[in-house]
Amino acid sequence: MTEPGIFSLLWVLIALPLAGAAILLFGGRRTDRWGPYLGVLTVCTSAVIGVLMLLGLMALPAEERSITQTVYSWIAVGSLQVDFALQLDQLSMVFVLLITIVGALIHIYSLGYMAHDPDRRKFFGYLNLFVAAMLLLVLANNYLLLYVGWEGVGLASYLLIGFWQYKPSAAAAAKKAFIINRVGDVGLSLAIMLIFVTFGSVTFGEVFGQVGEASEGTLTAIGLLLLLAAAGKSAQFPLQAWLLDAMEGPTPVSALIHAATMVTAGVYLIVRSHVIFDAAVWAATAVVVVGLITIFMGAIIGSAKDDIKKSLAGSTMSQIGYMVFAAGLGPIGYIFAIFHLLTHGVFKAGLFLGAGSVMHGMNDDVNMRRYGTLKGLMVITFVTFMAGYLAIIGIPPFAGFWSKDEIIHAAFERNALIGVATILAAGITGFYMTRMIAMTFFGKARWEEGVHPHESPKVMTIPLIILAIGSTLLGMALLFWGNIESWLEPVTGFASEPTPFPTWVYIVVTLIVVIIGAIIGWVMYARRPVPIEAPRGSWLTRAARKDLYGDAVNDALVVRPSFALSKALTIFDARGVDGFVNGLAGSVGAISGRLRRTQTGFARSYALSMVGGALLVALALVLVQS
Amino acid sequence: MTFPWLTVLGVVPLMGSIVVALLPKSRGTLAKQVALAFSLVTLAGTVAMSLKFDGSSSQPFQFVENYPWIPSFGISYSVGVDGIGLVLVALAATLVPFVILAGWNDVDDSRGSVKGYFSLILVLETLMIGVFSATDLFLFYVFFEAMLIPVYFMIGRYGGPQRSYAAVKFLVYSLVGGLFMLAALVGLYVVSAQEFGSGTFNYAALVGLDMDPNVQKMLFLGFFIAFAIKAPLWPFHTWLPDAAGASKAGTSVLLIGVLDKVGTFGMIRYLLPIFPAASDFYAPVVIGLALIGIFYGAYLALTQNDMRRLFAYSSMSHFGFIALGIFVFTSQGMTGSVVYMVAHGLSTAALFLTAGYLMSRHTGSSLISDYGGVNKVAPVLAGFFLIAALSSLALPGMVSFVGEFLVLLGAFEVNIWIGAVATLGIVITAAYVLRVYQRTMTGPASPDVTGMRDLNGREITALVPIAALIIVLGLFPSPLTNVITPAGDLMLAVSDHMPDIDMAQGGGK
Amino acid sequence: MNPANYVVLAAILFSLGAIGVLVRRNAIIVFMSVELMLNAANLAFVAFARMNGNLDGQVVAFFVMVVAAAEVVVGLAIIVTIFRTRKSASVDEPNLLKY
Repeated sequence: MTEPGIFSLLWVLIALPLAGAAILLFGGRRTDRWGPYLGVLTVCTSAVIGVLMLLGLMALPAEERSITQTVYSWIAVGSLQVDFALQLDQLSMVFVLLITIVGALIHIYSLGYMAHDPDRRKFFGYLNLFVAAMLLLVLANNYLLLYVGWEGVGLASYLLIGFWQYKPSAAAAAKKAFIINRVGDVGLSLAIMLIFVTFGSVTFGEVFGQVGEASEGTLTAIGLLLLLAAAGKSAQFPLQAWLLDAMEGPTPVSALIHAATMVTAGVYLIVRSHVIFDAAVWAATAVVVVGLITIFMGAIIGSAKDDIKKSLAGSTMSQIGYMVFAAGLGPIGYIFAIFHLLTHGVFKAGLFLGAGSVMHGMNDDVNMRRYGTLKGLMVITFVTFMAGYLAIIGIPPFAGFWSKDEIIHAAFERNALIGVATILAAGITGFYMTRMIAMTFFGKARWEEGVHPHESPKVMTIPLIILAIGSTLLGMALLFWGNIESWLEPVTGFASEPTPFPTWVYIVVTLIVVIIGAIIGWVMYARRPVPIEAPRGSWLTRAARKDLYGDAVNDALVVRPSFALSKALTIFDARGVDGFVNGLAGSVGAISGRLRRTQTGFARSYALSMVGGALLVALALVLVQS
Repeated sequence: MTFPWLTVLGVVPLMGSIVVALLPKSRGTLAKQVALAFSLVTLAGTVAMSLKFDGSSSQPFQFVENYPWIPSFGISYSVGVDGIGLVLVALAATLVPFVILAGWNDVDDSRGSVKGYFSLILVLETLMIGVFSATDLFLFYVFFEAMLIPVYFMIGRYGGPQRSYAAVKFLVYSLVGGLFMLAALVGLYVVSAQEFGSGTFNYAALVGLDMDPNVQKMLFLGFFIAFAIKAPLWPFHTWLPDAAGASKAGTSVLLIGVLDKVGTFGMIRYLLPIFPAASDFYAPVVIGLALIGIFYGAYLALTQNDMRRLFAYSSMSHFGFIALGIFVFTSQGMTGSVVYMVAHGLSTAALFLTAGYLMSRHTGSSLISDYGGVNKVAPVLAGFFLIAALSSLALPGMVSFVGEFLVLLGAFEVNIWIGAVATLGIVITAAYVLRVYQRTMTGPASPDVTGMRDLNGREITALVPIAALIIVLGLFPSPLTNVITPAGDLMLAVSDHMPDIDMAQGGGK
Repeated sequence: MNPANYVVLAAILFSLGAIGVLVRRNAIIVFMSVELMLNAANLAFVAFARMNGNLDGQVVAFFVMVVAAAEVVVGLAIIVTIFRTRKSASVDEPNLLKY
């Protein structure tokens, strides 16, 4: 398919933010003054192009809504032929819109949030780099190019988590995020290799077209490797440990990268590769299990953290768990995974930016135990945060209700047990989110001395308002007006299975559970006073405060053994390998020390030995001759 | 008679080195300027030659020159490059000017002379160009051994406190390797004399040699030990950390970035085509050593406190990848190895040069623990260091990724488990590379680094082209792969690993 | 005349020279003995050239003469220098050049 009209600008979509990043990062201090505005401009332009492309796609008949643009031949070695080629279809389209529009809002918000940071030029450069890489990730038409975007967003995430590098904790968190992601990358690398070896190509279309010819064992292996990759990027169990530390980055980063877009790349990868998972039942089951474990891990961690950002991060883990879970359900879930991803991208970005706005007014304090009764002082932030709150716990008609309800329903279509589990998790969501708003906006003031809470400037509140409107309406808009099911169906397929009870039963039960959770949260944190010092708590609370021992496990199983091995090998190298070599050299030295003694310094004795030697040689020759 | 490109390219730096050496000792600055000018002329010539190189030609070697040297022993001065030789010649010619520029103030008159250092660099450039373009094994051997001399003096006279230990260790290791190679070379000559009537060192003739597998195995070992010492494979590596730890940044760049590639280059150019049966026989051993090297080097790098030793161990790990790519005998692996060599040369250059800048700003210490928070005071330096570090961990979009992925893919095609195990290495690579960056560049600015000035124009000028090449070749690797792949396939073909082409018909596919 | 006789003569001269080098202490005498050995070799070369009927041996003899001349120049210079500092021409005395 050629690229008519607006679609010839597909590469521009990526090139714009990339050029912005290059100018800001390589331009140096010269660009300090106008740089941030350039950064905002490039992303906004990309967003406009994205919207135009959406209109263009909608004008096309459904079966033609896949546009491929080959920019150039990237790697061509023997049978490996990889083009730098972009593919825009219904799935990548929704991602493009999410990335550019939410990205643009967060860029604008950052103008206010980072206004006083001396390095804000770099911040916008990194953000632009992120947007470019993320767009490449979702627009790539083959796995290898996707990998470039995949690592590109990892790099941007690394740079932005460690943006305040002078804080050792930020630098350590950045490194940790990168290394854990690298574990996931091993999965993606191996998956790509296995795909290439099996199908002789890494292009999506060619791979999916041949899936039927591959054995189920191979497909299961590919699926599990892709799941490993997705777990790394999307902070799913067992590679979840980096996301909570990643909150060291500036809040807009947490909103854009570690809530709305990058961490959902794993979901994108699974849904994009759904043909493989459809044919590999065990891999799909593993996806469900991983998703389900993470839903609960995230929710439990979110319930225990006193740091507002870390609590939100736990919630992000949990919500992405929902998406991964839905993606593992197969054709009954793919569309709702993406649906939830979109609504979550909007309301979680709103929640994070709201949290940033609160922190902005509280001298960058993140401890919710030092917040309280902010609802009257930060009205816009409060109202917008409430929109996000209602969306995430799934109260109709807010966005999250529609998407999460569909996932729960899909779960029941598959298996009642996992359905019940998702409802339970929704109840925990109600609890921890209520806890968060109760501790932040209600109750009594527990502020640190010298803190004067105030509303944030317009440049920050306007994006909040837009995101709040999105949190309210996006679910209905996508479901009823946008018709997301039929929009995505050509890419992901769609199926529906009967459930024992009518749909409204599940909705009502879910709502009841959520409201019970919310009431418990309200009673515990709004009715009773919140102590400034955290109480000791139950064993579960203590475990959750330590991220359910994720770090401890990694430390004990990987980090410490690695360092011990490294130390041991260092000694082995010095004493063993080098010791052997130096020993050899030493023994040569010792022998030569002995032989040296024969050099007496008497010239005539040398002459005698020469004559003797010559005579011996002559004698030998004579003997050999005869 | 066509223009003798390779000879001219080799002679220009040699002339430069003589001119520099003849300058009066007091004119240190002039010596640097002259050295830089000659190296830039060489670079320009190399670029011109590369543009004239015909990637689709059916000739295995281009820019061929052939003059008898010692005809009675079948020795000739014959040079020529295939795609692999070309990119390595280009790598050498590219790095030298920037090494000179970056090392502008690295040496003073206190030890040896300023002009001496730059004169040695230019001699080394001549020898590096020679060693990659020789098509006569004796000539190759001469260049191979002669390279030791300038490097010995560059380490031994201009290095750090451990310089004489390191220089002697380097020299002895290399000479031992060279001795094995010499013995094998003589053996090869004798075998060729038996087959052709008169012995020869001509490469094309030796490739066509029909040798008994047992003889091949013996001679293979002789060459292999020399190459395994040069491109240090485990367990022949211990000279490298000492040499890197004791030499100037520029010396390390040329030593590890270019010179050590002679080892892996030799494996491709000489071991595979001349000893096909032995290559097959020893491939599992070499792959085993390569895998050990990947992890051994990476794990040692994980807790090193000396940056230069750390980069040396990381190079050892990278050389493991390169050797792995060669000995899996696939088109992707072979091309990947050569791309990896180029990428490793560039990222090593960037790493050592930035580390050199860092050290020159703080008492010459290369200990990681002496630094911290450099990003705060010298962001440009930290930025280049990060680019170099990312290139070293093979971030997609950089040329090292192309090489690494192709090597891993090549290994994976042959044996899934070898590929899978080697891929695990990328995690440890990320861990040690980012650990250095974290310890030196981030965190609060330590008292030692406050007041450190950022890079000046000269220092940036030396790094920008290297960083640009790393990124541009990562996004557009086809100029590299287009010339490497035919040459690599030819090497595989003549070693019976790709039966569809043979030497007589040439390399065009 | 039988060329072999020349070879025998060369051998005798060589042996005389060798004995001279071994038993005499005076550097000058030792030096003369060395010359004797060299010229014995020259004689042998020339004789062999005659026996083989080609000029190779003659040519080598010229080489030897040139080398011998060069050796005399360097060697005598060393001996004279040593004599000046030590007031002696004994080859056993300068024995500092040892382990």
